[in-house]
Amino acid sequence: MLHASFRPATDVFGELNRLQSVLDQVFRPMERSSIRALAGSAFPVINVGATPDAIEIMALAPGLDPARLQVTADRGLLILAGERAAALPERQGLSVYAQERFAGSFRRVVSLPEDADPARIDASYRDGILRVTVARRESAKPRRIQVQ
Amino acid sequence: MSSELQTSGSNAPAPHVVPPVDVFEDESGITLLADLPGVSRERLGVRVEGDSLLIEGTVDVAGPREMDIVYGEAQVPAYRREFTLSRELDASRIEAQLKDGVLRLTIPKAEEARPRRIQVRVG
Repeated sequence: MLHASFRPATDVFGELNRLQSVLDQVFRPMERSSIRALAGSAFPVINVGATPDAIEIMALAPGLDPARLQVTADRGLLILAGERAAALPERQGLSVYAQERFAGSFRRVVSLPEDADPARIDASYRDGILRVTVARRESAKPRRIQVQ
Repeated sequence: MSSELQTSGSNAPAPHVVPPVDVFEDESGITLLADLPGVSRERLGVRVEGDSLLIEGTVDVAGPREMDIVYGEAQVPAYRREFTLSRELDASRIEAQLKDGVLRLTIPKAEEARPRRIQVRVG
C-alpha cells in the first residue's frame, strides 16, 4: 500500500502530510482528476519537462536491462513498459528483513501534446534513469514573422 | 532574520528521499540493495561510523537549462538512509557496487559469528 518509492522525509509534518494524502486517496476516490491519473507513487516515478524544442520524460527506473525496456509511441501516447526481476535469491536459509523495492512488470503511460513528433523520439538509459526526448514538430515552434 | 533561518536550516537535515531497500541475510552475511536512480559513483557516499551505516547520494540533474517541469513525481534530488549495524557484522569488509542506479552492499559476518556445525561424538 504505502509504496516507498519516493518518500520525502524532511520532517514529521512531511510524513503527516504524506499520510494525509494517502488517506485522501482512500476515502475520497470520487474526486475528479485526470483520466489517466495514477495513485501517488507508481513504478517508475516519472517527471515530465517541456522545452521549446522537445518534451523530456524522465523515468526513475533503476536496475533494469535496457534491452528489455519497451518504449512505444502510439496515437499520442508514450508507453513505458518492462519488467524488473525480484532481487531476492530463491534459496533456503535466507532471512528477509526488508523487501521494499518494486518487483514485477510495470507499465506507465504519458499522453503527449499535439505538437509531439512520434517519428523523432530518442531514449537513453543512464544510472537508472530512462530519459525519453520527444521532439516537437518544426511547424509548431514559435516563429518570428518579419514585418515588411 | 536571515541568520535565524540559516541556523534552523543547518540543524534540520536537508530535504531528501528515503530510498526503498531490500535486506536479506544468509550464512555469509547481509546483502542490502537500495534504489538510487540518477546517482553516479562520484555522488554516492557509503559511510560507517561506529555501528551506523549511512547511505547518501545526490542526483545528477543535468537537464536542459530552459526546461519547465510540467509534471513531477520526483521533486527531491537527494537520497539518505541510515541503518544500525549489529556487532557480529564486519564493517571493515563491506563491499559496495553501484549499477544502473541500484546499490548493492555486501556486509560479511565476522569469522567467529558464522554458523558452525558442531560434531557430536558418540561415547
